[in-house]
Amino acid sequence: MQCDKCGKSPAVIHLTQIENNEMSTFHLCERCAAEKGLETGAGAGTAPLTDFLAQMGKSLSAGPAASAGACEFCGLTLNDFKRTGRLGCPHCYSHFDHHLRGLLRKLHGGTQHVGKVYLPPDPRQADRTARVASLRRSLGRAVEAEDFERAAAIRDQIRRLEAAESAQGR
Amino acid sequence: MEDVLTPPERGLEWLDADGPNSDIVLSTRVRLARNLQGFRFGLRAGEADRRSVLHLAREAAEATPLLREGSTLSVPGLPDTTRQLLLERHMVSRELVEGAGGKPPSHAALMIARGEAVSTMVNEEDHLRIQALVSGFRLREAWALADRLDEELGSQLPYAYHNEFGYLTSCPTNVGTGLRASVLIHLPGLVLTQEIGKVLQGIAQVGLTFRGLYGEGSEVVGNFFQISNQTTLGKTEEDLIDHLQRIVQQVVQYETQARGVLLRDAPTVLEDKVWRAYGLLRHARSISFQEVMNLLSGVRLGVGLKLLPKPSVYSLNRIMIFTQAAHLEQMAGGALPEGEVDAYRAAFVRRLLAREGDPSTEGDDGEIPR
Repeated sequence: MQCDKCGKSPAVIHLTQIENNEMSTFHLCERCAAEKGLETGAGAGTAPLTDFLAQMGKSLSAGPAASAGACEFCGLTLNDFKRTGRLGCPHCYSHFDHHLRGLLRKLHGGTQHVGKVYLPPDPRQADRTARVASLRRSLGRAVEAEDFERAAAIRDQIRRLEAAESAQGR
Repeated sequence: MEDVLTPPERGLEWLDADGPNSDIVLSTRVRLARNLQGFRFGLRAGEADRRSVLHLAREAAEATPLLREGSTLSVPGLPDTTRQLLLERHMVSRELVEGAGGKPPSHAALMIARGEAVSTMVNEEDHLRIQALVSGFRLREAWALADRLDEELGSQLPYAYHNEFGYLTSCPTNVGTGLRASVLIHLPGLVLTQEIGKVLQGIAQVGLTFRGLYGEGSEVVGNFFQISNQTTLGKTEEDLIDHLQRIVQQVVQYETQARGVLLRDAPTVLEDKVWRAYGLLRHARSISFQEVMNLLSGVRLGVGLKLLPKPSVYSLNRIMIFTQAAHLEQMAGGALPEGEVDAYRAAFVRRLLAREGDPSTEGDDGEIPR
């Protein structure tokens, strides 16, 4: 199969795109693919965590980047993380914050959680406020989707939280 | 401790074949990864961490409406066959049963709700893995169930939560929502028309991922695929669910189209293929699990296209689970000699299909020309 773009070289990259419910496929040679910003080579982009850890390994062995030190709570080092791909404890997220951000962006496209806001067993005022805000967002979505059963359940949750807030405020 | 095998169908509600699109989408799963503050994660957790995590989880379970009436299974305390049985029923992950070195991790447990298709694995890679497993294509229901148990447990337990990163997990690929939603989908039409490669590529392009029948790293068997979300951070749970819902709907549509093409362009070949698959399953005297899965795929396709009036999708689902090694052993009442497993499996399939009756079609009773 020849490249769809230049028609000369054999196609090695087969790109499938889904846009507006339409699926289209392009067959590109290595050079044209590179021009479009697509990586070639085995497994390109398919295993971001492994790729990233491999890259991190290079920079670690290259020099002083390994200076983060071990996590004070669990003793995990960046090398341990590189080897296993797993963090050691909740504190690792703060301890390796600087190193993790790039990885999280690469893996997920961002670092800010926008899902459920956790309400701990013994919530403070700020926890409740954050939770209510996230519930209101979900409520808006449920109403938009005309999922009224869910909307009613969320509304009840909001009411309970607000009742607890005003009880505490008194 | 309660016997996990009573009743023998325990945990198999997801085989019911009663959900939407159940001839194509076998089941839907939603899992939430959660960890507790103050303890090391799975791989680095010591004995004391694990013991405390299990203790706290059990205490919390006692206070939750969903788990209070259910049961807790200590995984290391179970006989080998029972552990395999749970794995074959997709109720636990391989990690919970085999750990890193082939033995179950210490203080690993499964807490099962009573009467609801939701449970929690304790001391897996994450401290808690809340999971809902339902039959057919029902992402929202599975999410609602998992969410409900998460709310109940979260109101008792101090989860590790970060204002920016969300729910903290052992692996950074799960952080944020901790949510992995997946559907188990049967795509023989796309495989036969050789469109599957394109579809799977497309799935990867829109931020989803696919795996084989038993999850991560497993092979594709019997044309079954698991499609799930890849990212967990930066989108709401509802967005992740809706996105998967839309894409899977599209895949179901492609599969239906592919089946239509096969019916139109090669009706005789197709009909022959599904009947041969049925014939082999119905009459074989010795059969491997791999072959059962491949033949089941043909029969399932035939039933979906109404080329075969029988057996029911439910029976096909049962064959798929009960012809696995641990299930055969359980039915046989003990370990089977190596040479007899395939024969025992074939006999079980024959009996089950015989019970469904003969699907032979009209047109077979005409006069035979001399």
